[in-house]
Amino acid sequence: MRCAVVVFPGSNCDRDAFHVLKNVFGLDCHYVFHGDTFPPNEFDLIVLPGGFSFGDYLRAGAIARFSPVMESVREAANRGKFVLGICNGFQILTESKLLPGALLRNKNLKFVCKDVHIKVVNNATPFTCLLERGQVLRMPIAHGEGRYFVSKDELKEDQIVFQYCDERGNVTEDSNPNGSFLNIAGMTNERGNVLGLMPHPERCCEEILGNTDGRKIFESLITYFVRRQEHEAN
Amino acid sequence: MRRIEDYGLSQKEYQHILETLAREPNDVEIAMISVMWSEHCSYKHSKSSLRRLPTKGPRVIQGPGENAGVVDIGDGLAVVFKMESHNHPSAVEPFHGAATGVGGIVRDVLAMGARPIALLDSLRFGDLSEPRVKYLFSGVVSGISFYGNCIGVPTIAGEIYFHPCYTQNPLVNVMCVGLAEQRHLKFSKAVKSGASLLLVGSLTGRDGIGGASFASETLSEESESKRPCVQIADPFMEKLLIEACVEAANLDTVLTIQDLGAAGLTSACSEIAAKVNKGVRIDLSRVSVREKGMSPVEILLSESQERMLLVVERGEEERVESIFKKWGLRAARIGEVTDDGFFTALYDGKIVAQIPAALLTQAPLVELDPTPVLLSPSCVELPMPRNLEEVFLELLASPNICSKRYVFEQYDHMVGIDTVVRPGHDAAVLRIKGTSKALAMTADCNPFYCSVDPYVGAQIAVCEAARNLIVVGAEPLALTDCLNFGDPDKPQVAYQFEMTINGMRDAATALNIPVVSGNVSFYNETEASRVHPTPIVGMVGLIEDASRICSASFKNPGDVIVLLGPMSDDQRLCEYTRLIHKIEHVLPPKIDLELEKRVQRCCLNAIKDGLLNSAHDLSEGGLAVGLAECCIFGGIGAVCELWNDSRADFLLFGEGQSRILVSLVEENLERLIQLAKNENVPIAVLGRVTGDRLVVKLNGRKLIDQPVRKIKEVYESSLQRLVNQ
Repeated sequence: MRCAVVVFPGSNCDRDAFHVLKNVFGLDCHYVFHGDTFPPNEFDLIVLPGGFSFGDYLRAGAIARFSPVMESVREAANRGKFVLGICNGFQILTESKLLPGALLRNKNLKFVCKDVHIKVVNNATPFTCLLERGQVLRMPIAHGEGRYFVSKDELKEDQIVFQYCDERGNVTEDSNPNGSFLNIAGMTNERGNVLGLMPHPERCCEEILGNTDGRKIFESLITYFVRRQEHEAN
Repeated sequence: MRRIEDYGLSQKEYQHILETLAREPNDVEIAMISVMWSEHCSYKHSKSSLRRLPTKGPRVIQGPGENAGVVDIGDGLAVVFKMESHNHPSAVEPFHGAATGVGGIVRDVLAMGARPIALLDSLRFGDLSEPRVKYLFSGVVSGISFYGNCIGVPTIAGEIYFHPCYTQNPLVNVMCVGLAEQRHLKFSKAVKSGASLLLVGSLTGRDGIGGASFASETLSEESESKRPCVQIADPFMEKLLIEACVEAANLDTVLTIQDLGAAGLTSACSEIAAKVNKGVRIDLSRVSVREKGMSPVEILLSESQERMLLVVERGEEERVESIFKKWGLRAARIGEVTDDGFFTALYDGKIVAQIPAALLTQAPLVELDPTPVLLSPSCVELPMPRNLEEVFLELLASPNICSKRYVFEQYDHMVGIDTVVRPGHDAAVLRIKGTSKALAMTADCNPFYCSVDPYVGAQIAVCEAARNLIVVGAEPLALTDCLNFGDPDKPQVAYQFEMTINGMRDAATALNIPVVSGNVSFYNETEASRVHPTPIVGMVGLIEDASRICSASFKNPGDVIVLLGPMSDDQRLCEYTRLIHKIEHVLPPKIDLELEKRVQRCCLNAIKDGLLNSAHDLSEGGLAVGLAECCIFGGIGAVCELWNDSRADFLLFGEGQSRILVSLVEENLERLIQLAKNENVPIAVLGRVTGDRLVVKLNGRKLIDQPVRKIKEVYESSLQRLVNQ
């Protein structure tokens, strides 16, 4: 699986995503600068990493969506390539309308960095195919604008992939760290090949960091990719 | 021409200028000298005292004198660090004051050719019940959060204390730690004549002019009017500077890098020149300015943030410029290094200033005039509280003891995915990718001890910082400091300062920990109040084997709990005497540097041998709070039985030094006892990790019996409650 990590000038989780894809999963990984473009078949997975793409003083991701690289990301997504937007990447995906909804300031207006629990709502996506429905993962969040909002007519239930929950998997108000609508932590597009999520799976893929729950998302992707290739070969 | 005093210069200083120049300085020159000779830039009150600190060690690559200290950690790598204050700006404009404080120290580390990898903050505020204190507190925390989060450098440790002496004078000290390949380190000695000066980053504006002078005065009613002296923070620009500078530092043709901080271009250029006995010639017309009509003085003294000066081999400028262009940054060739030793500034083709660079960087030193302060009594008779369990809960909720989670959850402390031990523990730990190593870091200072006995207080600050590194399994490498005091011309302040330096010197020498960088902040006083002497000690330690990192949390039921160090009932100053008895003026705990050294060595060896499951430094709140923290962090209970005839309150809450609380499987106990015996360290078995309650008995009588869930709630919710009250 050939992977790209997009680098916006203010990305700051780009090197983290790169490290995990390359050194933890041994994938063929490349950086793509925001001003560059690439052919739609160039990469199988494109990661839009966390950070503050263009400073994001006004609205996260609002400028990034005009970057030349986003045209390539859109075309790749249309071809069914995997696109994973983490944190700022999720914000850029909604700004680019690759995903529905918007990410607003956290309810308490403060940046929040801590571990949360999220529950798998939909395991019929490439990003969650090795997970059980209802399975609870622990994952770090770190954002100031993570309150997901979407109007009811835009929302299709099966696009919700992850919801914030408590340790036992109960979706409660107390376990919602930012005031997201329906505790939504991760959303996919209708086709299922684009995922945006506020928690950081790349921050919990190594034993030394005390949590490896994030691995399951990347492992799902790799497994799905291999199966699809096998399927296509047959 | 303005009067000499208006420039903050004394008659004596002005005479010195006249003698050196053999003429009157012009308006531009005297303005430059005046800012460079401010306390903030010149260290004229502190320089000679600072020379007493030990600065050498086998691992020290660079001690004080450059932008930051540099220490060898093997594998061709170096750790670079420094701490700096941004107190005055934060007192009048907390958000941008604190934010630019982060920016400034990050650029110091960047200037050495290192990538910044961690931030630590030491903060001091007044009593949180006051509305203005709440405003300062929230502003400072949001400013740090805004800046640190955006630039992608994790804020992984720090400390906060509250006391009325900081009401008008909050302290904001920020430490930055960087990592560099030794071959890419940049030092000023590489500067040679003919090399080009490239000014990179933000445009130069009228912001922050006179900031250095503002920071060298006591705060007053008029300080509010100095709000324009505070610079505006642009962390996105800083992020671009980081990426571009890290890339540029890989080039050998970039000879050195200098950050533009206090006194802007004037300071950066004169530092570059004076350190190698060279000169500079710069053309101010080439500086990209933010607004039209800026005068030469304004350009020379602008403290606009997010700017750096690069010294580049002549003929190699384009390659460097292309890196900055890639990151969307300006790079302007503003001049060159010369042989003549002069700082020459041109504007519109005319020379507007020409003075020896060394005159700017070498202000005449001011002698301190210390007067000893009478020491307080060593102890006083205090009534025994009726219910020690209530005292225990009150201490856990004290803002000086309780968890700072409310604050550190507003900081991204995980970006970079190296954070192995997160904030809230004795020290934070970052692994170093691609090696088996990890770095531990901490910042410490109990200002209450320092207020009563600055000599002992400073010793304890050094020892506690070292102990905090030891308990995670790290060998202390070196320290940086940020020394916060009142007006140094006042004899008592001078005395506090001198005693602090002596205390730090003695402790650092005894523990073999060199001082590699630091910062002094004077004039932290108003007419009404003066800060306690607050020498913050920032320390970095090395863990060779990252699989042997220890932490404070109790881990397994059945583990034995052991105290390394004396079972003391130190009846001296502690949070207990302050909070419960309102007693502040008794002597702080004693410190025996030899015992301290042995306790630390014993603990570190035990961790390296893999004997321990947890280790925690005992500090504020003493044994009881230490036990509670181990339980809270681990989410598991403990039962301890003490047999002792001393006063129960001081046994539980006294802050006797050189003590570490550890837990281990019983099979390892014999070996630990042997290690302690070899080092002549007192050792006592206190109890076991078990259940979900913390139970402490003295001579068979239950003093504390609380569910861990409850003490956790008290410990973790207190700060937020105080802020929202």
